Amino acid sequence: MVSPDLKNKLEILADAAKYDASCASSGAPKRDSKGSGGIGSTTGAGICHSYTPDGRCVSLLKILLTNSCIFDCTYCISRRSSNVRRARFTVDEVVRLTLEFYKRNYIEGLFLSSGIIRDADYTMEQLVEVARRLRVDHQFRGYIHLKAIPEASQDLIAQAGRHADRLSINIELPTENGLKQYAPEKKQTTIRGTMARLKLKIDEVKAERKAPRFSPSGQSTQMIVGADGANDATILTTSASLYASYGLRRIYYSAFSPIPDSSRALPLKAPPLMREHRLYQADWLMRYYGFDSSEILAGDAAGMLDLEVDPKFAWALRNRARFPLDVNVAPREMLLRVPGLGARTVDRMIETRRHKTLRLDDIARLKGALKRARPFIVTPDHRPV
Amino acid sequence: MYRVTMRNETSLPEFRDHVRVLIGARIKPAAVTFSTTESADLFGEAPPADRKVPAFTVPGAYVELAQTVLCHRDPARFALLYELLWRLLHDDRKLMSIHSDPLLHKLRQMEKSVRRDLHKMTAFLRFRKVEDETGERYIAWFEPQHLILGAAAAFFIKRFANMRWSILTPDGTLNWDTNELGYGPAVPKAQAPQDDAMEDWWKSYYASTFNPARVNPEMMRGEMPKRYWKNLPEASLIPGMIAAARTRTGAMLDTAPTAPRQNKAGDIVMREFFASDAPQENLVAGTLAALRVEAGSCRRCPLYSQATQTVFGEGPERAPVVFVGEQPGDQEDLGGKPFIGPAGQMFDRALEEAGVDRAMVYVTNAVKHFKFEPRGKRRIHQKPNASEVEHCHWWLERELALIQPKLVVALGATAMKALIGKDVRITEMRGRLLTIRDGLTIVPTVHPSYLLRLPDAAAKAAEYAHFVEDLTAVARYLPEIAKAA
Repeated sequence: MVSPDLKNKLEILADAAKYDASCASSGAPKRDSKGSGGIGSTTGAGICHSYTPDGRCVSLLKILLTNSCIFDCTYCISRRSSNVRRARFTVDEVVRLTLEFYKRNYIEGLFLSSGIIRDADYTMEQLVEVARRLRVDHQFRGYIHLKAIPEASQDLIAQAGRHADRLSINIELPTENGLKQYAPEKKQTTIRGTMARLKLKIDEVKAERKAPRFSPSGQSTQMIVGADGANDATILTTSASLYASYGLRRIYYSAFSPIPDSSRALPLKAPPLMREHRLYQADWLMRYYGFDSSEILAGDAAGMLDLEVDPKFAWALRNRARFPLDVNVAPREMLLRVPGLGARTVDRMIETRRHKTLRLDDIARLKGALKRARPFIVTPDHRPV
Repeated sequence: MYRVTMRNETSLPEFRDHVRVLIGARIKPAAVTFSTTESADLFGEAPPADRKVPAFTVPGAYVELAQTVLCHRDPARFALLYELLWRLLHDDRKLMSIHSDPLLHKLRQMEKSVRRDLHKMTAFLRFRKVEDETGERYIAWFEPQHLILGAAAAFFIKRFANMRWSILTPDGTLNWDTNELGYGPAVPKAQAPQDDAMEDWWKSYYASTFNPARVNPEMMRGEMPKRYWKNLPEASLIPGMIAAARTRTGAMLDTAPTAPRQNKAGDIVMREFFASDAPQENLVAGTLAALRVEAGSCRRCPLYSQATQTVFGEGPERAPVVFVGEQPGDQEDLGGKPFIGPAGQMFDRALEEAGVDRAMVYVTNAVKHFKFEPRGKRRIHQKPNASEVEHCHWWLERELALIQPKLVVALGATAMKALIGKDVRITEMRGRLLTIRDGLTIVPTVHPSYLLRLPDAAAKAAEYAHFVEDLTAVARYLPEIAKAA
């Protein structure tokens, strides 16, 4: 296995894969390797086995099968016209690397994607074959995330779903115009159409207990932020519609990152990391805090999230009339809107207040730091002035 | 003063036996000290063990908490757990729900610390492979913060059931032979293997998956505290990676873009991709199939931007009757076919009852993209507005011109609006034959989704029967669409 050539490949193909932000290894059905003859388990929750100095977790072996690509997406390091070094793993090499890494507890499993070589079906076949060999030949019970190539045939996508815990298709850019401009060979209808088919299939299998498994951990997608001109309001509108339409587990926002040998068509600048962070916060407000995509930015002319303050705080400031809230009587949906109170804290507050009146030091213990929430809440011993 | 000595300090059964005796003897928390065999307290007497202990139950939440907290290294944990138990039994049975109670809060914090340590052990433990005459063996050295060796065993057994492995820690060792778990005494770190050939590969991967343009060491340290670094092979790379990050990013930004690579083969593929791409506004399709393709890239109104696809009409090219609905719904948008959702199923059932052969009719919608409001994981149907109906009318007109049906059935007000350009009340016009321009004959009835929305079961049944009657009248008007008996 030790050949310098293979190590070069690993470096090139890990480097090319790192712009995909997805790292989750959660949501797979619980299983283990007892009596299987193979290795691996999934506990339902994911595990981050390491963290790189960019603060991102390393959970899966995230690599491309090849970084050769017939597409020419401007923002992508592997685009056809880029001058990067090209490499290609064999199916067997990926299988061996995954198993060797897994046995040493470096990873939770594999996240395999690829540039499009020859055509979509040929590429998808290779991805499926890696997953099949891991699952069938090696009885691998760890996590597998495969990139579904939207242009590939339905039959191949179905096979991918049989072996993978999660499939994902990248929406790439928040608007169709952005896609036309920066990823001219990709089409919104093809991407969304494939997401729709995945959703129908995932729902169908869930409804029928004896159906063969199909991507039990659902589907996710990624949107690149800051490459095209879409503002945050547009991004959040698209996100809300994607969550509602295709039951996505997650949308990853990836701040457009400068890449080696970047295209002339893109501005050379540092990635908008804070903007990406604010979008994640807004995304959470929509998914777990009952916020509607339109109200997060209501009243903001530019349609951009404030980089200085988090979106929940910004919302509270714009809606001061709704505060302060009496934490002993306020309903859950309003407590969730108090800056500094998370969903868990709110649930504990609600359980606790059934038995005793909450005072300020109670909140402090439930919550940790009180500073952010203090101006927005009322307790018998505290009223903000 | 009473004294209790825990021989196996993380054992829940042993702790339970002790506290049952204490509770039975009504010994208050302040009157007992706990110790482990290592730190045995010489003072104090053993609680009276022979007393008959009355039965009592404790909440499941307490047992769960105790099981985890017993793995904490803090020697005060036994006394804290006993105090909580005493208060649960004597003061407040609901105490486990009062999350702001200072004692419960403290124990929860301890529980959290143990859980985090357990999680980090499953994450940061690294095996090294050794080979001897008996075959492969994977050995790890790990230094847990708490006494979690026993609690962590199940995870590693499940994951690596068919590997032989050992986990060495300063508190003891675990050995798994693919069959049975053995516990052993603590060993020094020097006994663990010092290297593994795969680590170079792992380090290459780790370095390559790092994006220097996003460097954020504080975030990394928050999730992977420095105290774990000494046993992580990849951690030795961290300082160098951080140091070089700025230079690497600067170099990327400073380097002028190079000339795009030429690739003839790729360019050929490109043309194929573009072939059917541009919206072909001026093309007037001569067949339904061609019209459907054209409609697929319709951008006449903004509805396309959040919908999956154009849902075009479906049915025979020369159908005698065309049913026009409002717009595709959730299922239609996903599946790309009209009338397949709940309303479509009701429509099919009504057609069947009216004796109409579904294969003989053409079904379509006034608006061909789904208009909705996202609400969490669901989409709430929204009525298309006048402008959307107006824009989409372009397609409906062409469908009708190509099919030339003898009759058009308008299902609901939006369909009528699209067909005659006016707002009408369906209840007033229902069932009447209207002849409009070009001799096009229209008959209005309700939309099946209206039937689905009626809350009252009796009204629903009556309205459904009325709908079937309308369809039966259509079948009488056009005998050729009747189902063969």
